[in-house]
Amino acid sequence: MATIREIISSFRDKPGGIIEAYHAVQRECNFLPEETIPIAAEVFGLSEAQAYGVATFYSYLSVAPRGKYIIRMCESAPCHIAGADTLIKAFEDALGIKVGQTTADGKFSLELTECVGQCQGTPVITINSVPYVDLDPAQVETVLALCQ
Amino acid sequence: MIVRIGLSSCGIAAGGLLVKEALAFAFEEEGLGWELQQTGCIGMCHYEPLVDVIHQDGSINTYGNVTVDTAREIVVAEMSGAALEKYRIATDREPNDCLAGQVRIALRNCGIIDPESIRDYTDRGGYQALQKALTRMTPQQVIEEIKISGLKGRGGAGFPTWFKWNATRQEPGDIKYLICNADEGDPGAFMDRSLLEGDPHAVLEGMIIAGYAIEATSGIVYGRAEYPLAIKRLGKAIGQARAQGMLGNKIMGSKFSFDISIKQGAGAFVCGEETALIASLEGERGMPRLKPPFPSQRGYWDKPTNINNVETLANVPWIIANGGESFAAMGTADSKGTKVFALAGRIKRGGLVEVPMGMPLREIIYGPGGGIKDDKRFKAVQLGGPSGGCIPEALLDTPVDYQSIKNTGAIMGSGGMVVMDETTCMVDLARYFLNFTQDESCGKCVPCRIGTKRMLEIMERLCAGEGQPGDIELLEMLGQQIMEGSLCGLGNSAPNPVLTTIRYFREEYETHIHDKKCPAKQCKALITYHIEADKCKGCTLCAKKCPVNCISGEAKKPHVIDQNLCTKCGTCLEVCPSKWSAVSVS
Ligand SMILES: Cc1cc2nc3c(=O)[nH]c(=O)nc-3n(C[C@H](O)[C@H](O)[C@H](O)COP(=O)(O)O)c2cc1C
Ligand code: FES
Repeated sequence: MATIREIISSFRDKPGGIIEAYHAVQRECNFLPEETIPIAAEVFGLSEAQAYGVATFYSYLSVAPRGKYIIRMCESAPCHIAGADTLIKAFEDALGIKVGQTTADGKFSLELTECVGQCQGTPVITINSVPYVDLDPAQVETVLALCQ
Repeated sequence: MIVRIGLSSCGIAAGGLLVKEALAFAFEEEGLGWELQQTGCIGMCHYEPLVDVIHQDGSINTYGNVTVDTAREIVVAEMSGAALEKYRIATDREPNDCLAGQVRIALRNCGIIDPESIRDYTDRGGYQALQKALTRMTPQQVIEEIKISGLKGRGGAGFPTWFKWNATRQEPGDIKYLICNADEGDPGAFMDRSLLEGDPHAVLEGMIIAGYAIEATSGIVYGRAEYPLAIKRLGKAIGQARAQGMLGNKIMGSKFSFDISIKQGAGAFVCGEETALIASLEGERGMPRLKPPFPSQRGYWDKPTNINNVETLANVPWIIANGGESFAAMGTADSKGTKVFALAGRIKRGGLVEVPMGMPLREIIYGPGGGIKDDKRFKAVQLGGPSGGCIPEALLDTPVDYQSIKNTGAIMGSGGMVVMDETTCMVDLARYFLNFTQDESCGKCVPCRIGTKRMLEIMERLCAGEGQPGDIELLEMLGQQIMEGSLCGLGNSAPNPVLTTIRYFREEYETHIHDKKCPAKQCKALITYHIEADKCKGCTLCAKKCPVNCISGEAKKPHVIDQNLCTKCGTCLEVCPSKWSAVSVS
């Protein structure tokens, strides 16, 4: 496995490449471990505050550890009027965690997201960016069982 | 025989990959040499997975909502030369109702070609417009043709495309950029995703032509992180175009050199705003800056930069190939051509439609859209996402053109249509859209950062039954100030959903404030569930299903809800057998 420094350094010559570097680190680690920020700051010639600022601006980047499966539940208006609230509650109940938390075994994280562009089949969730559409609370167990 | 299956992300989410496997398996079992092809989304997302069976003579049977089981049945029926009527939704001669009235320019190839095959694209005339532009037109002539077409930006602002191109072209400098804005983020809009997944070469060809017109040196697609399949297919298309000389040095033997790369966003709605997008491309926090200078003057790395939306660019090859006048012949005086709309919400047939500008809203919603789900009553349509507004039933005959829509207080925006029925609370809906903009506000300017927060607090208290007299006026005043004082389009338009719902549904706001009631029975704090003793047969179903155990009563005797414990989840209403309908909401 490449070290975080190696990953980030491979984007050194790309102007403005810090976001791509963060994406690459996340593909490897699922989140941005603490040492990412000072290394990125050094490689891209920024202050640590700037590098941290970028890391925390974007909802896809996370400086906190996350589960192997990141479940993002759409809370935008079209999904809301299709009953996203009850679906969100069903996922919380099934996993025993609240939105923003990760299960103790590190398997699942629950996050809210805005529209993911699958509004033809509301309500919508994504698991590691794969969309699941037209869900109803009764299907929660089946969907979770797919994550093995 | 060719069997074609819709495998955009909507088709895949509906189970398309499993159907594809089932089809392949059936071919093998039956010893059929039929060809299996993939295509993008035709727009009839509610029928997905969709399968077309294309016969030797060119006739087509289209099947909808295909499952693993029906896939096999279809193969067996088609083997014997017959169609399986019960699952067939259209033929080449009798297109589905959804397609009636549509004119497909931007979506011309979606749902027809394999998006991962450049051959499919060129077979349908792809890259001929580029060839024409490079060999027979000067950049100035290309711009002139776009001017004749009347094409306006489809990304929201509706600015004349030729004007932006011309401005960038006239800026001095050797290095110029062309950016494709694929950061689609309006809740309720998904046409850019579908275009990139279904016909990536159309967007690339549009970009190369635009690049030629403004004499750009390179192009960048800023793609949404949430659209992995779109990014993958676009990446593949770029590779193919390079290999065939449509990208790179001296394109198609001309003097023009141009290449395209993709950069991924990381989940921030505001990055769809062009100056924020540029900041993000440069590796910064995606915060907008004041205009002018416009990107055409000082854009990416301070070089002249032209930014266009995905759909805008997908129209370009068609215009160059068919002439600006053919495009301008469609639509209305101020809005030329066609527009893609995304139908979502309480609509029967959710999906994408492309119609000539100027078609009345009603025709879109009740035509291709099929009307309201469960035959409920139409209440309003939100056009233009969180920057747009709600249009009520009384204005349903408004034609969709930039000016008429603007007159209603909504905007065309990117073309997302969220349809609401009588069960939608307009106060709650406006609160949700405002919640979105408040969340996505980058925080740079005070009116947007704090103003939307204050407005949201008022909306929340209305929904919680704590509204106060004067709240409506306060919302109107705050809204006006935020619109006038914000730095970018996000803040300038954030109050729109609230202001338009106040304009058209003021009584609903007043009922929330003065009567502490929610007429649509959606705001939990304002409703109570009751079991009507004379109707309840004591089947105990509700008591068993109640998640907080707040329903009590003996079997065969009327049950009662403990109002102090009730969380108003609505489960009792849902499970009470319809023959009794003993649960009521007030
Ligand atoms: C908050 C905000 C979000 C935007 N999001 C998008 C978007 O997702 N896609 C898009 O093409 N334009 C978006 N725009 C509009 C762009 O700033 C810009 O006007 C557009 O990309 C120009 O392309 P066009 O002329 O082809 O429409 C957004 C604007 C604002 C203010
Ligand atoms: S609103 Fe949920 S996917 Fe678009």
